[in-house]
Amino acid sequence: MPLSLLLSLSMALLVVGLHAISAARRTGRSQQTYGISLVICVILLGMALVHLLSAAAPATLILPLGLPWLGAHFRLDALSAFFLMVVNLGGAVASLFALGYGQHEPAPGRVLPFYPAFLAGMNLVLLADDAFTFLFAWEFMSLSSWALVMAHHRESANTRAGYLYLVMACFGTLALLLAFGLLAGPQGGYDFATIRTAEMTPGLAALALILVLMGTGSKAGLVPLHVWLPLAHPAAPSHVSALMSGVMTKVAVYGFIRIVFDLLGEPVAWWWGGLVLGLGGITAVLGVLYALMQHDLKRLLAYHTVENIGIIFIGLGLALAFQGNQMYASAALALTAALFHVLNHSLFKSLLFLGTGAVLAATGERDMERLGGLIHPMPWTALAFLIGAAAISALPPLNGFASEWLTFQAILLTPELPQWLLKFLAPAVGALLALSAALAAACFVKAFGITFLGRPRSPAAAQACETDRYSLTALFTLATLCLLAGILPGLVVDGLSPAVSLLNGGARLPVQQSQPWLTLVPVVDVKSTYNGLLVLLFMALSGILAAVLIHRFASHGVRRSPAWDCGFPDVNPAAQYTAGSFAQPIRRVFGSVVFQAREQVTMPPPGDGRAARFEVKMRDPVWDYGYAPITAAVIAISNRFNHLQYLTIRRYLSLVFGALVLLLLGMALWR
Amino acid sequence: MALMHDHLMQGGQMLLLLLLAPLLTGWVRTLKAQLLRRRGPSLLQPYRDLLKLLRKEVVLADSASWLFRVAPYLIFAAIWVAAALVPTFASSLPFSWSADLIAIVALLGTARFFLALAGLDVGTSFGGIGASREMMIASLAEPAMLMLVFTLSLLAGTTELSAVARFMLTADVGLRVSLALALLALIMVAIAENARIPVDNPATHLELTMVHEAMVLEYSGRHLALIELAASLKLLLYLSLLGCIFVPWGMTTAGEEATAYLLGVAAYLAKLGLGGLLLALFETSIAKMRVFRVDQFLSAALMLGLLGALLLFVSRSL
Repeated sequence: MPLSLLLSLSMALLVVGLHAISAARRTGRSQQTYGISLVICVILLGMALVHLLSAAAPATLILPLGLPWLGAHFRLDALSAFFLMVVNLGGAVASLFALGYGQHEPAPGRVLPFYPAFLAGMNLVLLADDAFTFLFAWEFMSLSSWALVMAHHRESANTRAGYLYLVMACFGTLALLLAFGLLAGPQGGYDFATIRTAEMTPGLAALALILVLMGTGSKAGLVPLHVWLPLAHPAAPSHVSALMSGVMTKVAVYGFIRIVFDLLGEPVAWWWGGLVLGLGGITAVLGVLYALMQHDLKRLLAYHTVENIGIIFIGLGLALAFQGNQMYASAALALTAALFHVLNHSLFKSLLFLGTGAVLAATGERDMERLGGLIHPMPWTALAFLIGAAAISALPPLNGFASEWLTFQAILLTPELPQWLLKFLAPAVGALLALSAALAAACFVKAFGITFLGRPRSPAAAQACETDRYSLTALFTLATLCLLAGILPGLVVDGLSPAVSLLNGGARLPVQQSQPWLTLVPVVDVKSTYNGLLVLLFMALSGILAAVLIHRFASHGVRRSPAWDCGFPDVNPAAQYTAGSFAQPIRRVFGSVVFQAREQVTMPPPGDGRAARFEVKMRDPVWDYGYAPITAAVIAISNRFNHLQYLTIRRYLSLVFGALVLLLLGMALWR
Repeated sequence: MALMHDHLMQGGQMLLLLLLAPLLTGWVRTLKAQLLRRRGPSLLQPYRDLLKLLRKEVVLADSASWLFRVAPYLIFAAIWVAAALVPTFASSLPFSWSADLIAIVALLGTARFFLALAGLDVGTSFGGIGASREMMIASLAEPAMLMLVFTLSLLAGTTELSAVARFMLTADVGLRVSLALALLALIMVAIAENARIPVDNPATHLELTMVHEAMVLEYSGRHLALIELAASLKLLLYLSLLGCIFVPWGMTTAGEEATAYLLGVAAYLAKLGLGGLLLALFETSIAKMRVFRVDQFLSAALMLGLLGALLLFVSRSL
C-alpha cells in the first residue's frame, strides 16, 4: 500500500525533527539529520514517480485522527503524485546541499528540528483529502517555515520579515478557512469527496474562488499579496530559502489547482480565467521589475519567484478560460504549460538559491555590490549558476524556454474564445509575458555578471574558494535536470499527462514519445513544433566545428595582457559597472513610471572638497498605496480604543451591561 | 534519396549564409561610403578583415575568465543556427520544424545573453555600459518581435517559418492593416537589434552612446572574427526574415527542379541587394538618437506590434 508507506515516511521526517532537538546540542550531528532527510526524500520521490508514470488508480486512506466525526482522509492521485515529486526532488537536493552547507550554520539548534518538520508538512498538504487535515498540514508547513525564517532572529530585518510572514500566513489561512466553509456548505461535508459532488450556486462558487485566490495567492506570492515573500525567503538559511522559494510556493499552487480545478469543478464561469490571467500577467511583470532593482542576491531571486508564479498563473488562467468555454484540448495545453513551469521553476530556483548559498558560505556576502570575479575561485559553482540563470531567462535549449514556449502556444489559441474581454486580455498578457521574459534575461545578466564576472569588489570576494563536494553534487544534479527537461520536453509532457487529464475531464496533449526526434507537438492540427534536442545538437555541432577548424587551420595562440579598455584601464575595481549602474537604463525606462524612481545628484561646486552624492529614491507602489493605508488605519483605530485599557471597574461593568443589552436587543429583533 | 536531398539543402543554406554574410556587410558599407561621396573600401574588405583576424593570436585581458573565451563560439553557433532556420531561397526548409519563430527569437536571445556576459567579464566600465544598454534595448525589442510572431501566427495558423512563408505566397493574404503594422514593427526591431543608426552606430568605437561595439571592445583575433561574423549573420538573418515574410515572391517551393532553385537564389540575392540599399539610404539620411530616446522608439515598435495582433484578435480579415 503505497499511500500508508508515504504517510509513515512523512511521519518519520517528523521523528527526525524531534530527534534533531537532542542531536543539535552535539556538534557535527547536522549531517545525520540532513542525511536521513535526504534518504527519506529520495524514497518519497521514487514512489511518487512510480505512481505518476504507472498511471495507477488513486489510493485513499482514512485514519481515526483529527476531528472525531470526520477522521483524517488521505488520498494519492496523479496531481498529488506530481507535486510530491516536485517537493521531494527539491527536498532531496536541498538536503544533499545542506550536508556540506549545514556545517556553516552558526545556530544549528534553530534549524535542524524544523527542517524535517517543514518537509513533512509540505508532504502532508499534498496527501490531505479533507479540509481539516489540509488546513492543519498547511498551518504546520507555515509555522515550521516561519521558525526557519526566524533562525537568525538577532538581525532586526529578519524579525520584521518573520512578523510580516506570520501576519500574511494567518491572513491566507483565514481566507482558506472561509473558502472551505463555503465549499462544505451548511451540512459541513468537509471531506473532499463530498465537496466534489456538492452543487454550488454560481455566486457562492465565485466567492470561494476569490477566497482561494487570496489564501493560496498569499502563500505563492501573487501580487499584491507578495510583500512578505522577498523579505522572508532570503532571511532563512540558503537551503531553506531554496525550499521555500522553489517548493513551498508550488504547494500553494497545488492548493489552488486542487480546490479550483478539482473541488469546485464544473461549471467554470469564463471570467474566472480572465481574473486569474490578468493577475498572473501583472504579477509576472511587476515581479521581474522589482527583482531588477535589487542588489541583494537572495532578495533578487525571491522577487523572481513572484515573476515565475505569475507565469504559472497565466497558464492556469488560460486553462480556466478554455474550460469555461468547453475547449478541453486547448485547456490541456495551458494546464500542461503551467505544470511544466511548476517543475521547471522548482528546478532552477532551487539551483540558483543553492548557488547563492555556496557564494554566501565562501564570502559571507550576498550584496552584489561587494562581490565580483567569483568565476575564478569558484568555476564549478559559476557554471552551475550560469546554467540556472540561462534556464530561468527562458533561453533555448534549457527547460525554462520549453514551458514558456508552451504558454505562448496556449495564448495563440485564445482567438477561438468567444468572449471579447478575453480576446483583448490574452494578447495583452502575451505582451506582458514576453516583456517579463526579456526583463528576466536582463536581470540574470546582472545577477550572474556582477556576482561572478569582472574583478572582485571586496577582499572577501577576492579570497573566496570553491565550495564543498556535497554542495557541488547538489548543484550539478539540478543543472543536469534543467538541461534534460529542456532537451527532452516531450517526455516531461507525457509524464504530466495523467495529472492534466485528471483535471481536464480526460483531455490531454497528444502523446509525445512517438514523435520523430522527440519533437514537442502541442496541438495535433497546428503545425508549430519545437525540438530542444536538435537545437542543442545543431548548436553544439556548429560551435565545435568552428572551434576545431579555427584552431586547426587559423590560429590558436593566446597572449595575456592588461585589459585594453580604450587605453584607460581602471586600476580600481570600484570603477567597474555595479549592480545599480547596470540596472540604471532599465530603471529610467520602467522604474520612473512604476516605482517613481528619482535620481538626485548633489555635486559640490568646484573648489569644495566634499564628496559628490548620488541618490536614487524609489517607492514601492503596492506597499505605499495598498498596505500603508491599511496599517495606518489599524494603528489609528487601536489608538482610539487604547483608553479602554485604563477605565475604572465601574465603567467596565457598565460596558459589559451595555453589550449584554445590545446583544439581547439584537436577538429580539432578529427573531 | 529524399533524406539526402534534405540534408544537402539544409547544409547548402548554412554554407550560403556563411559566405554571403560578410558580402552583405561590405555591400552596405560600400553603398554608405558612396552616398557620402567617398570611394569606400572594396566589397570584399570584410572577408579580408575576417581572414586577417582569424590568423592573429588572441590578446586576452588578465581578468578574463573561461566564459570570455567560450562566449564567441556560443554566440556564433546560436546565431548561425537561428539564421539557418529562416527560409531564404526555398520556402520549405527540411529542418524548419525543429524550431519555430519563437525559438529563433529566443536563440538570438541566447546569443545576446552571452555577449552581454562577455562584456561584463573583463571588469571594465566600457563593457558594462554596453552590456547594460544592450539588455535595456532587448527588453523592449524582444517583446515587440514576439508580438509580430503573434500576428503572423494568427494569420498563418502556425509559428513555423516555412509554413508562414508558404502561406504568404498564397493569394488569400491580400493587403492587411495588421501586416503593415507588423512590417513597421519588424523594421524598427531589426534596426535596434543590429545596432544600426539611429539606435547605435556600427562605425564608431569611441562614443559614449555606443552599445554593441562597447561590449566587444576587449575581443581580439579569432574571437573578434567570430563575433564580427555573427553580427553580419544577424543582419543577414533579419533581412532574410523580412524577405521571407513580406516579400516572399521568387522563393522555390518544394518539388521543383534544379533551375527553379537557381532562380530562387537569384531572387534572394536581389532581395538582399535591395534591402542593403534601403538600409544604407536610411542610415545616411537620419541622425543617431540619444540613448534614452531609444526606449520611446522601441516602445512605439512594441505598441505597433501589439496593435497589429489585437486587430487580428478582433477580426481575422484586418
